[in-house]
Amino acid sequence: MDPIQTLIKDLANKHGRTKESLLPIMQGVVERESYLSERSMVEIAREMDIPAADVYGTATFYSFLETKPTGKYIIRVCKTITCAMKGKTQVLFAIQEMLKIKMGETTPDKRFTLLETNCLGWCHKAPAMLINDNVYTELTPEKVREILSGYMKQNGINQN
Amino acid sequence: MANSHQLKRVDFIFRNENDWERVLSNTIKKKPQELINELISSELKGRGGAGFPTGLKWKLTSEAPDGQKYVICNADEGEPGTFKDREILSKVPYKVLTAMAVCGYVAGANQGYIYLRGEYKFLKPELEKAIDEFEYYCKEINLDFKITIFMGSGAYICGEETALMESMEGKRGEPRNKPPFPSQAGYLGKPTVINNVETLVHTFTIFKYGSKKFYDLGVQYSRGTKLFSVSGDTPKPGIYELELGMSLQDFVYEFGDGDTKAVQVGGASGFLVPRKKFKDAAIGFKGKLTGISLPTGGSMMLFNSSRSMFNVLDNYLEFFREESCGQCTPCRVGCQQLLLGIKAVKRGDKPASYLEKLLRLTETMQYTAKCGLGQSVANSFSSIVENFREEMIY
Repeated sequence: MDPIQTLIKDLANKHGRTKESLLPIMQGVVERESYLSERSMVEIAREMDIPAADVYGTATFYSFLETKPTGKYIIRVCKTITCAMKGKTQVLFAIQEMLKIKMGETTPDKRFTLLETNCLGWCHKAPAMLINDNVYTELTPEKVREILSGYMKQNGINQN
Repeated sequence: MANSHQLKRVDFIFRNENDWERVLSNTIKKKPQELINELISSELKGRGGAGFPTGLKWKLTSEAPDGQKYVICNADEGEPGTFKDREILSKVPYKVLTAMAVCGYVAGANQGYIYLRGEYKFLKPELEKAIDEFEYYCKEINLDFKITIFMGSGAYICGEETALMESMEGKRGEPRNKPPFPSQAGYLGKPTVINNVETLVHTFTIFKYGSKKFYDLGVQYSRGTKLFSVSGDTPKPGIYELELGMSLQDFVYEFGDGDTKAVQVGGASGFLVPRKKFKDAAIGFKGKLTGISLPTGGSMMLFNSSRSMFNVLDNYLEFFREESCGQCTPCRVGCQQLLLGIKAVKRGDKPASYLEKLLRLTETMQYTAKCGLGQSVANSFSSIVENFREEMIY
């Protein structure tokens, strides 16, 4: 068995094989692989004995279940009203400039994907963003550059 | 507090109470009927925004035929401008768990779920620790009740109770037709009580201090306190517990920056109140005889005169267009057309009178959309367009 098969089998053993386990299993795959490939979705369907179309249908409904390849770190910048009012655009510019990618793109080294998202629930500390599950609030261009350099160093990549 | 006399801060929800074990064991010594009556006489209404009487919800589920039943805590807090549930779950999780167990006892359910939005995944480890300790105590007092966290994956609509259940069943989060209501056929078709995080904490207060203490706060039809998430143009953004029934004018005195032009009450699905109407508006549930009564999930966003109301509406409509589940036509097409429509008016491609057409469209959505999302787009749209018409056109 290849790693994806093993992962899905383990997740199904942990959560069960009834339909209620579909979201937890998909979340488990995303946690490890960062997105749901066609291969993973077909494999989940086989393991749970449900139509692959059902898996795809559910997967594509949820914004945190990516079905296209993403980087290791998914940056989700909140774009809802308070964050928009408090400088989200400048924060986005800083990220785009630093990573040299546009909205929706992934860096060539497959480390960062930049996305926008709806209200993260940090309006009193706007603007806010998520990097994977970690929350960053009261962002400024300077602060966001510092955060990103932290992630870059963590991976042994030098800036410039 | 400077100018205000009606706006009262209260401290129940975050009050540090380490006696949840005693509250739980004492409460479940009482008969379920007694506890339901206590809740009904407190007049507690759901704090997620819809305001359904909580006691009645519990009663209906308890009266459903015996068999498997469920308790769900709705922690899919996605309304723009709301962040109180996150604070509750991180500061006083035991109150929520205790209330869920009492609810299970009353309704006859031995399984509880917390549906936690994906954006709050960082809360999960701490919450799981609390659940472990909690379940250990339940075993000690021979209370058969388990709690499981179910993670959401980034969908606003899953805060709608039936969409949430669809999501838990592994499906797309598309709201169901009602009836049947969750109290008859909820999660997996079984009778289910589903309450907002804050609602559950209020039941903890009521069971600990008695319904009178709660009922004595607030005003007629809007009893008790409410957490408000304050954001936008304010010198003190944050979470505040206030008595219900306060006037919006008093609220603005307290939280405004001196230049407040409008307040959005209840998030993107709520209403925008312009400055000239502050004194007529009260925060509470429907039923107040005078003035405008604004029910709210607690989202209060302040805008000062530097803000363009067109940009605000544009942002909300973009939000709704993305978060509409796409299941029913009025909402799916309606949200798209409203967004295209206001942009066209702004550009001058459509005459100003086109706004009336769009207002009629929101009215249609209000009547024909399947769930609260599509129905409530009319709230912010009409309140912004009618009060700030010039800003939409020029």
